[in-house]
Amino acid sequence: MLAVLKHELSLYYHSLSGYVFGAFLLAFTGIGALIYNINASVANFEYVLSFIQMVFIIIVPILTMRIIADEKRQRTDQLLYSLPIRTSEIVVGKFLALLVVFIIPMLVICLYPLIFSMYGEVYLPTSYGSIFAFVFLGLALISIGMYISSLTESQGMAAGICVVIMLLNYFCVQIANAIPNETIQNIIAKISLFQRFSLFYNGIFDLTAIVYYISIIAFFLFLCVQSLEKRRYNG
Amino acid sequence: MITVEHLSKRYGDVLAVDDLSFTIEDGHIYGFLGPNGAGKSTTLNIITGCLAATSGEIKIDGHDIYEEEREAKRLIGYLPEIPPLYIDQTPREYLKFVAEAKGVKKADIEAEIDRVIEETHITEMQNRLIKHLSKGYRQRVGISQALIGNPSVIILDEPTVGLDPMQIIEIRDLIAELGKKHTVILSSHILSEIQAICEKVLIIYKGKLVAFDNIENLGKTRLQGNQIEILSGGDPLETIELLERNTTITCFEQKEQVDGYNSFKLTTSSSDSFEICKELFVAFAGKGIPLVKLNPIKTTLEDIFIELTSAENEEEAYGGPKAIEPAEEKVIPEQEAR
Repeated sequence: MLAVLKHELSLYYHSLSGYVFGAFLLAFTGIGALIYNINASVANFEYVLSFIQMVFIIIVPILTMRIIADEKRQRTDQLLYSLPIRTSEIVVGKFLALLVVFIIPMLVICLYPLIFSMYGEVYLPTSYGSIFAFVFLGLALISIGMYISSLTESQGMAAGICVVIMLLNYFCVQIANAIPNETIQNIIAKISLFQRFSLFYNGIFDLTAIVYYISIIAFFLFLCVQSLEKRRYNG
Repeated sequence: MITVEHLSKRYGDVLAVDDLSFTIEDGHIYGFLGPNGAGKSTTLNIITGCLAATSGEIKIDGHDIYEEEREAKRLIGYLPEIPPLYIDQTPREYLKFVAEAKGVKKADIEAEIDRVIEETHITEMQNRLIKHLSKGYRQRVGISQALIGNPSVIILDEPTVGLDPMQIIEIRDLIAELGKKHTVILSSHILSEIQAICEKVLIIYKGKLVAFDNIENLGKTRLQGNQIEILSGGDPLETIELLERNTTITCFEQKEQVDGYNSFKLTTSSSDSFEICKELFVAFAGKGIPLVKLNPIKTTLEDIFIELTSAENEEEAYGGPKAIEPAEEKVIPEQEAR
């Protein structure tokens, strides 16, 4: 597992995708901070996060598209299958690599509220509570992206499907509002990953949402293992 | 070492591997032979755990490839048909990943990488990106990956496909060298390649094992007797008369004349074709019939292969080796010895 993690990290930083991901996330955070914290003079960093959450629609596909699809295209998955490591270790190793690539810019983002607190009063618990939830939201979306990447051989296809799924996820509450059925609306609002994040930037630390994110991560990693195993059975 | 029992693999309605059973012993170079689509790669993928079998059992040194995946896979180094390389890495980085994944001890990793790099002669290329390497070198990097961790069995799936003749010779030498230390299974549809390096041959056809033996033994059992080619002068009837007189010649066929000489292909039941050649020489000389060519033919793997794969399915028309067959159809006097 550690070998896969190290290897994936080296691939991410050999190619540009690791940097592109980080730069994108940081650039958007910068813009958000400029708009909300500096121009509008609001001390709440969580509003920045609510603004930048939509950037996941673009950066999650960038990050996850090649993770498994490219292995299939280059036939390197055969190497992984023939190595003495379990499929679950491969999947978890890859996920941890994505986690690291995601956490690095997030650590930089963690400095923002501290910097702002030097110039004014910032309520740090909601800021860091939101950052914490933001990380889990990101990881849940990444696990979905990773599963999508395991379904196809083409990176482009993986990215395309992933963008669509992210968009649906982002807008599903609005779409559901068009359905004149309250039960369906409620269910969709509960399913939406982005919707659950709204509680955090409104100042509530919702543990059930964190549990939900972790469950989503576990579920999609499990599906990912199954998808790789299926390929082993079907060739 | 490797035991395969009743292995079958089904893709939908197609039975790619059909009840295959064999045992691979330690310390030989095995050739795994079959026409395209015979199920070679499928079988090798299953043996190495890359593909799941529909039914059957595979044990590597007693470890089941599914149940004791880790132990079994540690004993095998596998180079698939398309070398699985991360082209954005250098061979050294790539090998480091493989070494770590194979569980080579941290302290030994560098030494292990140096060893395989030296063994596969890629020292000069070790720090170039794999995408900038030629096909021959990529193949070597693929082989070096299989050697990491010093597995007892090395399985190479068509390692010389797409290489130029010089590279083919180099890779072949490399494999022969590997055969001294490891058990090597080499799949190929190039017969001369298998004949040049391998000691034992498995031939599969349409997913079934049709032969598994030493090349010489295969020749003896599969093709009845040895063959001799002769070119004689004078009246063909005289030659026929002389040939009929020799009791060890089971049958002969007359072929088209070559530069005015009669051409015959004889099959003898004797295991010593040189002895028969001697007898024929004396007999022809005694009659004053000129003999300009007297050539004992060594059984080639090609003959065995054609014999096996065409006997399995006469009507099957697949390209390739079958094209060299027509000579056999021109049998004129097929005579039994008196």
